[in-house]
Order: sequence, then C-alpha cells, then structure tokens
Amino acid sequence: MPTSNPAPDAPPDPTNNSAANAAVAVEEAWRGHWARLLALLVGRFRRFELAEDALADAYTAAAHNWPRDGVPGNPAGWLLTTARRRALDILRAEAVAARKEPLVVVDAEARKAAVDEGGHVPDERLRLLFTCCHPAIAADARAALTLRFVGGLGVPDVACLFLVQEATMAARLTRAKKKIAAAGIPFTLPAPDWLDERLDLVATVIYLIFTAGYSPGTGPNLLRVGLAAEAIRLGRVLDELLPGRSVVRALLSLMILQHSRRDARTDSGGELILLPEQDRSVWRQEEIASGVELLAGLPAGLTGQALEYQLQAGIASQHATAARAEDTDWVAIAALYAELESATGSPVVRLARAVAVMEVTGPEDGLVLLDGLSELIPGHHRLPAVRAELLVRAGLISEARGFFETAIALCGNDAERRHLQRRLGSL
Amino acid sequence: MKVVVLMYEDEQVWANATEAVQEKYMAAHNAFSDAAQEKGKILAGEALQTVATATTVRRRGSQVGLTDGPFAEITEQLGGFYVLEVPDLDVAVELVKLLPEYTIELRPVAYF
Repeated sequence: MPTSNPAPDAPPDPTNNSAANAAVAVEEAWRGHWARLLALLVGRFRRFELAEDALADAYTAAAHNWPRDGVPGNPAGWLLTTARRRALDILRAEAVAARKEPLVVVDAEARKAAVDEGGHVPDERLRLLFTCCHPAIAADARAALTLRFVGGLGVPDVACLFLVQEATMAARLTRAKKKIAAAGIPFTLPAPDWLDERLDLVATVIYLIFTAGYSPGTGPNLLRVGLAAEAIRLGRVLDELLPGRSVVRALLSLMILQHSRRDARTDSGGELILLPEQDRSVWRQEEIASGVELLAGLPAGLTGQALEYQLQAGIASQHATAARAEDTDWVAIAALYAELESATGSPVVRLARAVAVMEVTGPEDGLVLLDGLSELIPGHHRLPAVRAELLVRAGLISEARGFFETAIALCGNDAERRHLQRRLGSL
Repeated sequence: MKVVVLMYEDEQVWANATEAVQEKYMAAHNAFSDAAQEKGKILAGEALQTVATATTVRRRGSQVGLTDGPFAEITEQLGGFYVLEVPDLDVAVELVKLLPEYTIELRPVAYF
C-alpha cells in the first residue's frame, strides 16, 4: 500500500483535507474513473481479475490515505499509478511462485505472445468493448461483461438488471473471464474483414444496455440512472473511432431519439407516463434534432441489423416530431412497423404494429393482428395488455377488464403493473 | 498459445466426393497450412481414418471393455486435427476459415 502521494507534481489541496471531503472524493473517483481505469489496466496487463484486484486495492488505499494526506490534485492519476504498482507486485509474486508452478510460466509467455500495442485505437475502452462482445463468449455473458467492465457497474447491480441472483451473476462473469483468458480471446479490434459482423454484436450489446437503462425499474431506479446515457456515450465513441458505419449511426439515432423523452416518461412519484400523456415541452428538442439528422444521413438500401435500427429510429422520430399526440402520423408509423415486422418476423413488433393499425383504421383491424400471437409469446403480459386497450377502444369494456387482469397477473415490472392497475381502475 | 483444431464432417461427404471436390479440399488445406506457417506454426496435423476403424476402450477399475466404433455416434465425425501455435483466438479463427466447410472445435491445450 503506498504511503505517499505518487504524483508529487500535483500537491494535495489543503482545502480538501477534511475526512468528509476525502470520502466524497473517493466516491466521485469511483463513479467517474473506475471503468476507464479498469480498461487501461486490462489493456496493460491483459487479465481481468488482476486488473480488478489491483484497482480495488488502489481504491482501498485511497480511502485510507486521502483523509490523512489530502486528496491528490489528479485523483485518477494517483489511482492508476497505485493500481499499476499493485498489479506489478501481484505479477512479481506470481513469478516467484512460478518457479515451482510451470502453469504460470507458460501463462506469462502466452501473455507476452498475445501483446498487441494497438496504437491505431485511441480508446482502450473500444478494444475492451470488442473483447467483452466477442462471439466466443456466451451471449448472456456479453452484456453482463460489458456493463461490468466497460460500464463500470458493480456485480450486484449487473445481477439486478438481469434479474438473477448476485451469486449467479458472479459465477457467470467468472466463467466468461476464464473463457477470455483460456481461449486466448485477444484485447484487439477484429480484423477488417470480420469487423462488420463483430460490430453488429457490439451494437446489440449497447442497445441491450440502453434498454436496460430506459425501461422502467425492475430494481431501484437509481441503478439505471446514467445507464442509457452510458450506452449513448459508447455509441458515440464507436461512431467516432469507426466513422461512417450505418449500424452504429442508426443505433445512435434510435437511442438519442428515445432518450430525448426521458424527463417526460415518469411523474414525480416515479410512475410511468405513456407517450400520449407525456408533457412534450420537456422533450429535449436539440437531441431530437440531432437524432433526426443522424437518421436522415443514413444511406438507402440498408439490410440486417442496420435496417432494423433505422426503422425503429424512424418510428421514434415520428413520435418525437409530433407537436401534439393527435398530430402523430400513424399511417407512417404503421407502415414502418409493417416493414420492421417483415424484416424481423418478431411477434413483439406485431404487437406494436397492432396498436399503430388501431390508430389508423380502428381497433378491429388491430385485433386481427393479435391472432396467433399467444402461441408465439406465451405468458407475455404485453399481449393481454394490448388486447385490453384495443377492446377498450372497441367499446368492449367487460372483455377488456379480464385481459387487464391477466396482464397484471403476468407483469413482472412494478411500474408497468401499477400503470395497468390504474388503467383497469379507470374503466 | 497452443490450440487443437478438431475438424468434424459427415464422413459420407468425403466418401462421395468427386476428384474435383477432393482437389478443392486439398487446396483449402494447403492454403490453410501456408497461412498458418505465416501467422503462427503448425505443430502437428493428421487426417483420421473413418470411425468404422475406431476402437473405444473403457477402463473401469480392473475392467477393460473394448467396443467397435467411436465413443459417441454423432451425425458429424471427427475426421482430422491440427495442433497450432498462434498468438490468440482471433488468429486461429481467421486461419480455420480457410479450411473446407467443416464444423470445427478449437480447444486450447491445458498445462499441468
């Protein structure tokens, strides 16, 4: 553990000397720098566990030293230096043990062989992102790894977002880290001819992170604050470092447009407010403009994942640019949903399309689209919820009641369930 | 890192291959081996005779049981392997893309 400030050129600020200030500074350094520092350490040492342990030790040292010595002028630099020293200590101890343990020697050699300087990539986090989203890692572990190591969330928070026990998530992350080390998954950008395919996987994970932040809380809401913004930030980093990729730009447009409504999505009590009832004056107009501009800049004839994001962004832009709910261009939205459904074959898209169709030609045409969906998405609360709304619109209130009750029983999300209960109560 | 490349394919594909197809397979293996020598090293590599020639030996305590055939009957059979020395998994993946259309399992070797 270091006993002196490792950045002598940045003397401690005497006004920051109180223990309370130091505690706040450690807390801020955790939120502000943990993820970036971890990426730098993984980049340098190529071992997740080592980087995590060394960084945890550095924060422990900060909590111990800063109240006594004052907060350093450059907290991130202090933490990085301390963590690097700690990692080198661990490696040295391993090297000593390695004289008896051939396994570690070979590992060390393998690491040397795997070193890639990657000078062409300015952001370590981009390479870390590609590593965390590598197709050789189990799909359910990619987003978790990304949230933990690129997003900087704690294991309990990641577990909460994926609705699994903390021990389950810890085991899943450990398995994935072991796979990365043992299978020789490199800390590099993919080769150029593999880049598009790999970029799709990264985009999928970023959108998963975004939706985890965007959807109403399954856990404490605090957790999700910043998650959607972090996903957008990752998207921007991707767009900056790999410019002109349609899949990235379409995703970015989609996320920015959806995120522009964040202040209107819940009331002061945290209750969900649906689109038509939202206060449009708090939608972020400059963000809407930037999302629409990104969308307009996409080339024609996109396919695959880029097309899906483009269509979803198109739907989001229709909503975002309607001055009032009654000005919404439902004809355009229904057409976009139809195209999205044929591109994806997704029953969840059909569900959303049914609502748009109801707005265009009435609830009967919407109800027709719901036929057969119960076999495709059994137990999904949104199906009875949408059916109930269509029945309300058709004037079949008592039938609607039954479907609201089914939806409430199936709904696993507190905010959505309360919304459904309010809808049922209003009939 | 050392990685074993296990190549699986329905044996009937090779059994029924025309001479032209067999030549394409050989060309693919040659391209793979040239690229592998450039990006790393081939430490070993063999094609295997069909599973009809396999003998499975199971020892349980002092009991040794021999059965005719492979240990597991599957639709694609292990037809050959390479042992490669490569910098990382991505290089291994890039190399095996040059091989014929097998199902390939990449297994890093364990050290004890």
